[in-house]
Amino acid sequence: MAAAVTQGIGATAALSSANSNKFQFTTRRSLSERKGSSIVIRSDGNPRAGLNQHSNSTRQLVTNAVSTKPESAAASTVSKPGHELLLFEALREGLEEEMDRDPHVCVIGEDVGHYGGSYKVTKGLADKYGDLRVLDTPIAENSFTGMAIGAAMTGLRPVVEGMNMGFLLLAFNQISNNCGMLHYTSGGQFKIPVVIRGPGGVGRQLGAEHSQRLESYFQSIPGIQMVACSTAYNAKGLMKAAIRSENPVILFEHVLLYNLKERIPDEEYVLNLEEAEMVRPGEHVTILTYSRMRYHVMQAAKTLVNKGYDPEVIDIRSLKPFDLYTIGNSVKKTHRVIIVEECMRTGGIGASLTASINENFHDYLDAPIVCLSSQDVPTPYAASLEEWTVVQPAQIVAAVEQLCQ
Amino acid sequence: MAQLTRRTTDLLKPFSAALSSTRLLTTTSTTPITVETSLPFTGHRIDPPSRTVETTPQELMSFFRDMALMRRMEIAADSLYKAKLIRGFCHLYDGQEAVAVGMEAAITKKDCIITAYRDHCIFIGRGGTLLQCFSELMGRKDGCSKGKGGSMHFYKKESGFYGGHGIVGAQVPLGCGLAFAQKYSKDENVTFAMYGDGAANQGQLFEALNMAALWDLPAILVCENNHYGMGTAEWRAAKSPSYYKRGDYVPGLKVDGMDAFAVKQACKFAKEHVLKNGPIILEMDTYRYHGHSMSDPGSTYRTRDEISGVRQERDPVERIRKLVLSHDLATEKELKDIEKEVRKEVDEAIAQAKESPMPDPSELFTNVYVKGYGVEAFGADRKELKAVLP
Repeated sequence: MAAAVTQGIGATAALSSANSNKFQFTTRRSLSERKGSSIVIRSDGNPRAGLNQHSNSTRQLVTNAVSTKPESAAASTVSKPGHELLLFEALREGLEEEMDRDPHVCVIGEDVGHYGGSYKVTKGLADKYGDLRVLDTPIAENSFTGMAIGAAMTGLRPVVEGMNMGFLLLAFNQISNNCGMLHYTSGGQFKIPVVIRGPGGVGRQLGAEHSQRLESYFQSIPGIQMVACSTAYNAKGLMKAAIRSENPVILFEHVLLYNLKERIPDEEYVLNLEEAEMVRPGEHVTILTYSRMRYHVMQAAKTLVNKGYDPEVIDIRSLKPFDLYTIGNSVKKTHRVIIVEECMRTGGIGASLTASINENFHDYLDAPIVCLSSQDVPTPYAASLEEWTVVQPAQIVAAVEQLCQ
Repeated sequence: MAQLTRRTTDLLKPFSAALSSTRLLTTTSTTPITVETSLPFTGHRIDPPSRTVETTPQELMSFFRDMALMRRMEIAADSLYKAKLIRGFCHLYDGQEAVAVGMEAAITKKDCIITAYRDHCIFIGRGGTLLQCFSELMGRKDGCSKGKGGSMHFYKKESGFYGGHGIVGAQVPLGCGLAFAQKYSKDENVTFAMYGDGAANQGQLFEALNMAALWDLPAILVCENNHYGMGTAEWRAAKSPSYYKRGDYVPGLKVDGMDAFAVKQACKFAKEHVLKNGPIILEMDTYRYHGHSMSDPGSTYRTRDEISGVRQERDPVERIRKLVLSHDLATEKELKDIEKEVRKEVDEAIAQAKESPMPDPSELFTNVYVKGYGVEAFGADRKELKAVLP
């Protein structure tokens, strides 16, 4: 399985940067918006009046939607080779850069401080920023999520870590009623710039309660944004974008993707939260996917290419709102859609996406949309059973073959 | 007696003019008056403050006026609800005004208050206008939340009023978050997180209290104990109805919530305490005359005698009225005039609020997201397909 995943990474590197050039934007506006008047005590005990480190604004911001291979013709990336790291280190890098940049950013979660994070995403941060900024909480998801939201109402930018996304079900009331709705019910008075992140998804025999996919439960909460990262490049970019966003963002990571190694640029980059990523352009069929299923799809794509098909693979990344522009352009080109997701079949992201595409692009479809999702069962412990709860590459190949008849 | 005073004032017009001018001086004067609270405070793991409270004539008169205003506003809201101009849920605060007014007297607008859904009077105390209040209740554009919040979602960010929350108990972790932010920015302000006796049994309250105590957050948890959680009396819901003791390791203070000066003293004491020592629980022993909300008659779980008994013996506005009269700061007539004036003010605000238009239909989709990194909330027709970038 691990070998398959790394092979998948090689396949993802082939892409075009044509779309991404259109979406250059600067973050200078957000720098000036964040001028606060509070004095913040840093971990070294010195009070700092004023917040912005204006030195950052002189750095060139690269806003490619996808990482480019060094030998590809993209002119947008400056020709530094970048550095190699694992996905959890990329998350940490993004988090650390944002914490350096803005003293209002703080981390709240279980075992994020002294322990360094159960998946090492926050390792070393408590030593650098102190115990108040990287806060170890007791096991009380409902109330520490509520606390983060209350702190966000005053202008802090907390990053809440759920040790496993499934635990955040305990905080559902706070996320749904307070996080999502306070901006609206207060008539715009309060902003909730909170980031809620954590690993979810089916792992390696972790059992039913630790293999939850919460994107389906959260997707109808109005007022929040949801993104799912899948590579080290987009993990760092999405983490930074989520922290800078004024809206509450839920960043879905995956337990099995933390050790993906990738080369990412040295210079600072922030990705667009609502944009999908074109992983592999093609002509015959559009395959929409996100998170870990991207790698299953790419593995299936290799088989499909050998069989003569030309699938277009899009990593939708933004789960709420959907990037209907990129998806729409793809549907208009290929006229066939397969959605491959890890969510449950009933009421999952795939179900909503199917409805959206049908509603908006019905005229362009030559065949009904095929949605491959996980089975509607609690994830069993036994390895063979667990394997068949999620979509496997062989099933993807079979579905494409049937669709493209 | 009233006739006598009238005749004397007629005869002594020149003198009465002089008298009234001296009285005017006293109502704005700041010469201290000492008042005793009705009951001594009871402390849990803490030495309670003294019963003697310093106040001034100006403060006494402002207490009377503010509480009369709040009382009048809630009764007007009652009639508006029965006239079907206010819909949904409407939770009225009359009887509990002393808590709102006493708390405001002890703190600044930089301190934060967060409460549950019985928030109309706290909003007024924090500086909200009657127009904003009634417009919001009637769902009009001029409301404090642009008509999109309703009775349970009043907010006023500039004066540190964080609402206005419908889910019982969920505001307490939010309040501890406000206190966390205050500690983070070291600005020497405190947060009052208010909840009721019904919410006191919520788990998230104890979780939040644990964290507040662990990190010494400047959070004051105020339990407005009106003895009924909707229809359930406190002795039927809580094994231990001494809510000020329920913090266990966190100190607590039991306060007579119908005495505005007791509330003021307790809040002042609490503010000084938490800035040094971490959280404290204040239990305000208070009472609501109306039912839980307008859909609850309020008499199926308590007797009318009980309600009228509290109204006769412990009414907060009456207590201030008696204090004013006994310190000779105003006559009966003047107090009645203030009440008439307040009534007129409320009626004018209601008339103005009725004129205010309903929110524009486009407001349905505003404020769902903050415009920032190019988020566009899709309308029902989903015509917008492309995310808008700044």
